[in-house]
Amino acid sequence: MTKQQANWSPYDNNGGTCVAIAGADYCVIAADTRMSTGYSILTRDYSKISQLADKSVMASSGFQADVRALQKVLAARHLIYQHQHNKQMSCPAMAQLLSNTLYYKRFFPYYAFNVLGGLDNEGKGCVFTYDAVGSYERVGYSSQGSGATLITPFLDNQLKSPSPLLLPAKDAVTPLSESEAIDLVKTCFASATERDIYTGDKLEIVILNASGLRREYMELRKD
Amino acid sequence: MFRNQYDTDVTTWSPAGRLFQVEYAMEAVKQGSAAIGLRSKTHVVLACVNKASSELSSHQKKIFKVDDHIGVAIAGLTADGRVLSRYLRNECINYSYTYESSLPVGRLVVQLADKAQVCTQRSWKRPYGVGLLVGGLDESGAHLYYNCPSGNYFEYQAFAIGSRSQAAKTYLERKFEGFMDAREDLIKDALFALRETLQGEKLTSSICTIAIVGVGEAFHILDQETVQALIDEFEIVGEEPPADEAATPDQSSDAEPGPADQGTPSDQGATPMDI
Repeated sequence: MTKQQANWSPYDNNGGTCVAIAGADYCVIAADTRMSTGYSILTRDYSKISQLADKSVMASSGFQADVRALQKVLAARHLIYQHQHNKQMSCPAMAQLLSNTLYYKRFFPYYAFNVLGGLDNEGKGCVFTYDAVGSYERVGYSSQGSGATLITPFLDNQLKSPSPLLLPAKDAVTPLSESEAIDLVKTCFASATERDIYTGDKLEIVILNASGLRREYMELRKD
Repeated sequence: MFRNQYDTDVTTWSPAGRLFQVEYAMEAVKQGSAAIGLRSKTHVVLACVNKASSELSSHQKKIFKVDDHIGVAIAGLTADGRVLSRYLRNECINYSYTYESSLPVGRLVVQLADKAQVCTQRSWKRPYGVGLLVGGLDESGAHLYYNCPSGNYFEYQAFAIGSRSQAAKTYLERKFEGFMDAREDLIKDALFALRETLQGEKLTSSICTIAIVGVGEAFHILDQETVQALIDEFEIVGEEPPADEAATPDQSSDAEPGPADQGTPSDQGATPMDI
């Protein structure tokens, strides 16, 4: 008597990779724009990045239907917060909200692998990294998604001081400048695109700093 | 209105076919401080008198942002108004979540009216003691509605509720045909109408609140400095409102969407607990 197997799965993996790096007064959040299913490409131009608040930007890979639903829930919750408190949610507050929202569906999770980036209450860059059910931690940099295994070791090597590999991390955030961090992110994705079939097409980079939010794009290999 | 044997219960009709409890609830609206709404083709302005009960206390919040495209001004039991604003906000959020578009104002007021009606037909409830002027923008243009405790609602070009609102209504009746014009004039008319309800008392930005919503302009409450500048402008001109569009101070600073900003402390007669 063999165990009954599901003939249908509520989840699908649309692939893709997300990265975020925190600096002294900026935060860089990046993700590729390829959306796939199985070995096929659904679209080359889908944004995985969502601005949740003035100073909080989330990038999520995984099952994009769940990602979209999660973004909508957080947007609605943020509106409620604004009505009640008369101000925007801070990034650490949003980080906690995201964690709670994910754990709320502990027994039918959002298939979403998130990195939340932004500026904390003091204006310093912050990055929070999550698993699918809401376990989270503030870090100096993070990567999630299909290319994460390729990118994370490279970031550990390049961003030596905030790396948790020297326990505890020497710096909370990277001492790199904003433009250096952006170049590093571009390098990460260029490399990940070479070896990960689910990463490519185009790179979307969001930079958050004291002057506001800025977006940059870079073409990636389309194969 | 006098006490009679049919006014104890909201579910008791009088022989003349009246529900006295509902009418008493509407009296509560008349006792509240004035709130005014007016609209043009592209904008809706809400204004209200904000009198603090003592010098030591803060103002009652009477204007609430419901969504980027809708706001309400209330008169009567402000606690009821707060609760209803929370309901309205929730409805807008849920609609946006489901349909990814803004809730049309007309739909919202019907839902609100139905909610009010329920309270007129349950023996264990009481009617809401607050009148709401709902101003908003949707695909069919700018709208101003009045929702009353009875569960009725009406659309208006301009309206005033609360104490001494008749004076404001008289002013508005004279002026409403000209409301198709500039945003700045609409705000000025609101201030003039508000001044009518003060019956000679000096109009300053510390006792009133003005909010506006319009095409390309999310609902927001004007800050005290802007309001005072506008008041100064037309009070200098004199009793009559200016005939033509005078140059207005930097109106572009008003067009900031986002959370409201009420009663920020300024030099002129602001109460200590302004938030």
